[in-house]
Order: sequence, then C-alpha cells, then structure tokens
Amino acid sequence: MFPLGIEPYLVGGIIVGVGVALIYLVTGLHATQSSFFTTTLSWFSKRKSFQKDSNIKERGWRLTLATGLVIGALIHTLTLSHTGFWTTSVQLWRLILGGLLVGFGTRLSSGCTSGHGISGLGSLSLTSLYSVIVFMGVAIVTASIVQMLGVSP
Amino acid sequence: MNKRNIVVLIGGILFGFGLAYSGMTKQEIVLSFLQLEDLGLIFVLGGAALVAAFAINVLAKLQKKPVLGGEFKPRRRILSWSIIIGAVIFGVGWGISGQCPGSAVASLGTGNFPVLVGIAAMFIGAYIRGLLDS
Repeated sequence: MFPLGIEPYLVGGIIVGVGVALIYLVTGLHATQSSFFTTTLSWFSKRKSFQKDSNIKERGWRLTLATGLVIGALIHTLTLSHTGFWTTSVQLWRLILGGLLVGFGTRLSSGCTSGHGISGLGSLSLTSLYSVIVFMGVAIVTASIVQMLGVSP
Repeated sequence: MNKRNIVVLIGGILFGFGLAYSGMTKQEIVLSFLQLEDLGLIFVLGGAALVAAFAINVLAKLQKKPVLGGEFKPRRRILSWSIIIGAVIFGVGWGISGQCPGSAVASLGTGNFPVLVGIAAMFIGAYIRGLLDS
C-alpha cells in the first residue's frame, strides 16, 4: 500500500498546508489553483465571462501564486530531491486529453484538488466533500481502465 | 510588489516545495495512487487539508481579521449539478493524465517540460468552459 513509505507524503502535505494557512491568515485569500486559468485568460480574451471584475481583481496574485509553485518545486529539485531534474514518461496524448478535461471540468466544478480538496475541506464545506469523493472516485476508475487497456505509461 | 503578493509568493513557494517533496509533481506517482498501487496521496491531501482546517477554523477565529486587513471567509460553495458534473469530467482528466492544476504548474519547476502541453490543454479547456458561460 505504501511502497515509498508515508513520510514524504505526510510531510509534503503539511508543508503545502502551511503555505495555504500562511496566505489565508495574512491576506484572507484562499490559495486555490484552477481559477488561475480563468483569471489569466482575462488578459487575452475580451469575452464577458473572462472580463468579470473578480477575474481582473484576482489575476495578479493568482499569477504570483503560480510563479511561487514553480519556484518552490525548483528549490526542492536543486536541494533535497533524490532524482534532480526529471521528465515524465506519461504519453503526450494522455497529458493533452487529460489536460483539456481537467481545465474544463475544474472550471465547471469551481474547484480542483486544491480548491475543493484543501481549502474546501479545510472550510468544512459539504459541497467540496462531495466533489472530492466524485472526482477521486471517477479518477480511480478511469486510471484503472486506462491501465487495463494496456496503456503504459 | 505589494505586501500581499509577497506573502502569496512565499506561501506559493511552500506549496510548490511541498508538492515536489511529496512526489505530486510526478504524474507517475499520482497515477500509481489512482491505480491503487501506492495510497500515499491521501496523506498529502489529508495533511494539507488538516493544516488548512486548523488555520481556517481555529487560528483565524482567534485572530479575528487577516493580518493585512479585510475579513476571513471560509471557502464554501452551494451544491449544484455543475459542480458535480464538473467533478466527474475533472476526474476523467485526472485519471487519464495524472495531472491536476497545482501539481502540473509546480511540475515545471522540476524541469518536467512535457507538462507544458498539459497546462496549455488546461487553458484551452478552461477557455471552452468560458465560451459556454455567456
């Protein structure tokens, strides 16, 4: 069940939680990720759905948050990482098809693994609990079917 | 950069460091969870959610207001079919690719450049969602 042990998962999760908690306690913002796509699109699309006031107001700090994620992972790669710079072997068509559905689905659902999973569950939101159960259950079934079809990696 | 964005950047760095430390920036590790071979991801999500819950429900109440002003609002959404159908579609995409928004963005910091096409696809998916919302 835990071939790599539990420590990296639990410690990593706590560090993620401390980042989310720090941002919330100092600024009152929820450090969630999938809105980043919509707010960033407000720089490129004139459509009303992207030009909402809330998107314009949030796009700066959401881009800053995304930049932080990249820097944080880079710092780990240069310091504690056992593997150093690393590239996935998962096939490109999976990244593209999966990415399309992730982008569409998280925006329709108003949340992703961080929005519903961390900030939503952290806010004791039942809606987020149902969302997490649904997307995790569906993802487990999907990944298992893909594996059964012999797709690897 | 204003004070708020400096704190967002520092929090984001912790977030990205934690995702990389826990292996979530590797699509293979996420897929090994979704194929029920390594259940560690539950501890990442659970650990992060527990710390967030402590901050949102205990520390924020003691503190009353965010340090930089404004007010605390827990993140709650009203349940709707869009939220559930969106979660189903997200689940299919997560299961196919092992990518979710935060882990894909952080993954760029590990030199994992193939996820750039995954992130581009996420932007296109979010754009299509915006087209339908008018």
